[in-house]
Amino acid sequence: MALSREQMARRVARELKDGYYVNLGIGIPTLVANYVPEGMDVMLQSENGLLGMGAFPSEAEIDADMINAGKQTVTARPGASIFSSAESFAMIRGGHVDLTVLGAFEVDVEGNIASWMIPGKLVKGMGGAMDLVAGADNIIVTMTHASKDGESKLLQRCSLPLTGAGCIRRVLTDLAYLEIDNGAFVLRERAPGVSVEEIVARTAGRLIVPDDVVEMTF
Amino acid sequence: MAGLDKRVNTYEEALAGLTDGMTVLAGGFGLCGIPENLIAEIRRRRVKGLTVVSNNCGIDGFGLGVLLEERQIRKMIASYVGENALFERQLLDGELEVELTPQGTLAEKLRAGGAGIPAFYTATGYGTPVAEGKEVREFRGRRYILEEAISGDFAIVKGWKADHFGNVVYRHTAQNFNPVVATAGRITVVEVEEIVEPGELEPSQIHTPGIYVDRVILGHFEKRIEQRTVRA
Repeated sequence: MALSREQMARRVARELKDGYYVNLGIGIPTLVANYVPEGMDVMLQSENGLLGMGAFPSEAEIDADMINAGKQTVTARPGASIFSSAESFAMIRGGHVDLTVLGAFEVDVEGNIASWMIPGKLVKGMGGAMDLVAGADNIIVTMTHASKDGESKLLQRCSLPLTGAGCIRRVLTDLAYLEIDNGAFVLRERAPGVSVEEIVARTAGRLIVPDDVVEMTF
Repeated sequence: MAGLDKRVNTYEEALAGLTDGMTVLAGGFGLCGIPENLIAEIRRRRVKGLTVVSNNCGIDGFGLGVLLEERQIRKMIASYVGENALFERQLLDGELEVELTPQGTLAEKLRAGGAGIPAFYTATGYGTPVAEGKEVREFRGRRYILEEAISGDFAIVKGWKADHFGNVVYRHTAQNFNPVVATAGRITVVEVEEIVEPGELEPSQIHTPGIYVDRVILGHFEKRIEQRTVRA
């Protein structure tokens, strides 16, 4: 079975470390906040200018002046700080964020990522994604392995305009956890019940399948 | 308005001098911390052909979205179109000139514009369409692109509290782009929820020092919420 959105978030949460400052993108990455392991303290950075994003507010706590980068109402946790957009991106661009998790339309074997526009069809804008991928060493991309039409999103060469060049080394899809190394995807883990053959069939870019591919457990 | 007293009483005075074809820098992130009454005044003045610099462009029917509806914006410099359907349609139809700019680069362009720095190098956007036509230079083995500063004829800013000197503090994440925008306008106009007596703001806690501010006006704000999320 392909991983659910929650299972993807749980898998990413295993990459967290105590004391990390983490930026979570919109969508599945946001859900990672729900699975921070017990006893671990991580500080979530929201690029609109909040370090220390807390839970969603109660009805009584809702405040239009307190939002995250997804424009959702949030709270600030104890120890939080709030600052300008310039300060926020100084942290990001300066390499101070320990882990960045974000979504994508495509990634390729060179570590290129495309996530912000489909020419002639859809323009979302890059928001902070170009700054995040340029500023971070430690990035995990989360996305579905293939489009709804079955087209692979793990390519030999991205077909869409890039968000960043050569910056992605780890990808979690609904089918697999892969690393990007030396011009190839390396299959490290497969989703429970998903065969290596299925992953091979749905990966368009060069894929290396080691002998010891682990089946994820939840 | 005299000496260091920057207060004005009407929105008409607040944007006096704004004419067709000018560049307007606007604070805010989504609908959070946007100068909503100053935007409404731009609409009322019917000025056309504006270049607007803002992270987003409001939503359909609110914030900068109303200036799109009235076709008052010729060119938009922003990082995110997102869910703004009219923005996306005007962009795809080629009706609106849009310079999509990475969010951190946009913030730094404004910061540089206010700080007298004409351009800077950043790794953000290298190898992407954003880098097209821009100078590339290598520092310590990594490639960077040259990005130019942005400044504007008017900066419109939403603060929480200000004194008549134009010292401003922002509330929570309504800070966002406002402090950098405030530094980069030839005329910077700040609308606030409260005007306080001189000395009431703790000097070391001021986000925007009054030197950057030309006009201060007291406003009333709707503060619309884009994504109302609560915990179960």
